[in-house]
Amino acid sequence: MISLQNITKVYDGSDVPALDGVSIDIPDGDIFGIIGISGAGKSTLVRCINLLERPTSGHVIVDGTDVTDLTGAELRAYRRRVAMIFQGFGLLAQKTALDNVCFPFLASNGRVTADDRAKASELLARVGLADKADSYPAQLSGGQQQRVAIARALACDPEYILCDEATSALDPASTQQILDLLRQINEETGTTILVITHSMDVVERICKNVTVLVHGKVVEQGPVEQVFADPQDETTKALLGRVSWNA
Amino acid sequence: MPNVTEFVSEYGGLLAQGTVDTLAMLFVSTALAYVLGIAIGVVLYVTSPTGLRPMPAFNAVLGWIVNMTRSIPFIILLVALMPFTRAIVHTTIGVVGVTPPLVVSAAPFVARMIEQSLAEVPRDAIEAAEACGASIPRIVRSALLPEALPSIVRGVSITLISVLGYTAIAGAVGAGGLGDIAIRYGYYRYEDEVMVVTVILLVVLVQVIQSTCDVIANRIDHRK
Ligand SMILES: Nc1ncnc2c1ncn2[C@@H]1O[C@H](COP(=O)(O)OP(=O)(O)OP(=O)(O)O)[C@@H](O)[C@H]1O
Ligand SMILES: [Mg+2]
Repeated sequence: MISLQNITKVYDGSDVPALDGVSIDIPDGDIFGIIGISGAGKSTLVRCINLLERPTSGHVIVDGTDVTDLTGAELRAYRRRVAMIFQGFGLLAQKTALDNVCFPFLASNGRVTADDRAKASELLARVGLADKADSYPAQLSGGQQQRVAIARALACDPEYILCDEATSALDPASTQQILDLLRQINEETGTTILVITHSMDVVERICKNVTVLVHGKVVEQGPVEQVFADPQDETTKALLGRVSWNA
Repeated sequence: MPNVTEFVSEYGGLLAQGTVDTLAMLFVSTALAYVLGIAIGVVLYVTSPTGLRPMPAFNAVLGWIVNMTRSIPFIILLVALMPFTRAIVHTTIGVVGVTPPLVVSAAPFVARMIEQSLAEVPRDAIEAAEACGASIPRIVRSALLPEALPSIVRGVSITLISVLGYTAIAGAVGAGGLGDIAIRYGYYRYEDEVMVVTVILLVVLVQVIQSTCDVIANRIDHRK
């Protein structure tokens, strides 16, 4: 289980904290939503989880171990347990789809074996892109690129997948495909998935639990049905379209 | 065409040797400058305040050394480095003697171009590599440099063409090559034809370098 304890993040040169005492427990096997408007601190929060960004204070506890201060090989080993999917896909433009999926093997073992390539091909087939193994990202649609990124995320058999606005750059059909894929992965492997989004629609479609983030603070937290049925916070109501933003 | 035949028989060997010397100086020193320049450029990128391993003080000092070297005019560097050049290659003349100053002069230029090419690589692709648990050397070798390669190759043509300019200057102090010929025959002996032909050869060389690098860069670039 990932347990965030009182995470605060103040960027250098800024006086308002991007995250302000955030505590969240993300249950294993969950599809957990974090929703908030632009600038709420959502990206900062996921980046603190895989330590692309160090919290200014607070702790990231994973399965009872404090990972907040990990460095070097221990940090890299931890990052392999926590895959990440980006809004902009984050694929290497000069590598084929297959080589992109093989990158985590290169990162962890320094080489790519025939077995690794076979596994990467299987993963591409898993995301419906068996015929695109030799295509470069520029030759793929946004939805296809994101599916390559998901195959790459799966390469290390992660325990957690962090999705930062994974569908925000996609059309509704591709969004549906990506969300279905994430749900299947969750059901088949039990991988915990953290879904960062500004869209209530995305939360409603795949999340079990949700946290609402406003100005770096948690304002509401609970099972999706409960939060949707009886929102307490004004921002939640606005995100749900129950009140207008100017209200 | 008796004039042409005469010209070729009189100066053909000289110009051929000059071209070979120029190409040798150009490619040997550029290759060595890239060995140094890639290393310095990668270090500048990695240690920058927003880099993979920020080391602001070290980065500032290294950047300052690079700028210093770049701000010294080549002809002055050539003279100032003579004791150093003699110490490492035991001569200060000819193709060999001019290579060390050419390398010292081109390496910081290359370093800045490499830094620039690396900075153009989209941030999220590099972060994705980091998030996969890749070490910094691994990211540099398997993600950053391959992603930046088309841009680096475009930079090679710029470097080659400016080093070509330096080799002509080096000709003035006895380095040999086309610059040397242009100065000896065109400037001291008023043999205009020789100078015109060396200039034509240099122009052709620049065109060939530019087109070749462009073709290679476009061929290896998969961002269509
Ligand atoms: N590298 C940085 N340096 C300084 N400030 C930053 C940095 N990254 C983010 N911030 C600031 O921190 C706050 C939270 O940003 P963050 O990117 O986490 O928001 P977000 O919820 O992901 O927004 P969006 O929906 O637009 O992606 C913002 O005010 C932003 O300006
Ligand atoms: Mg964001």
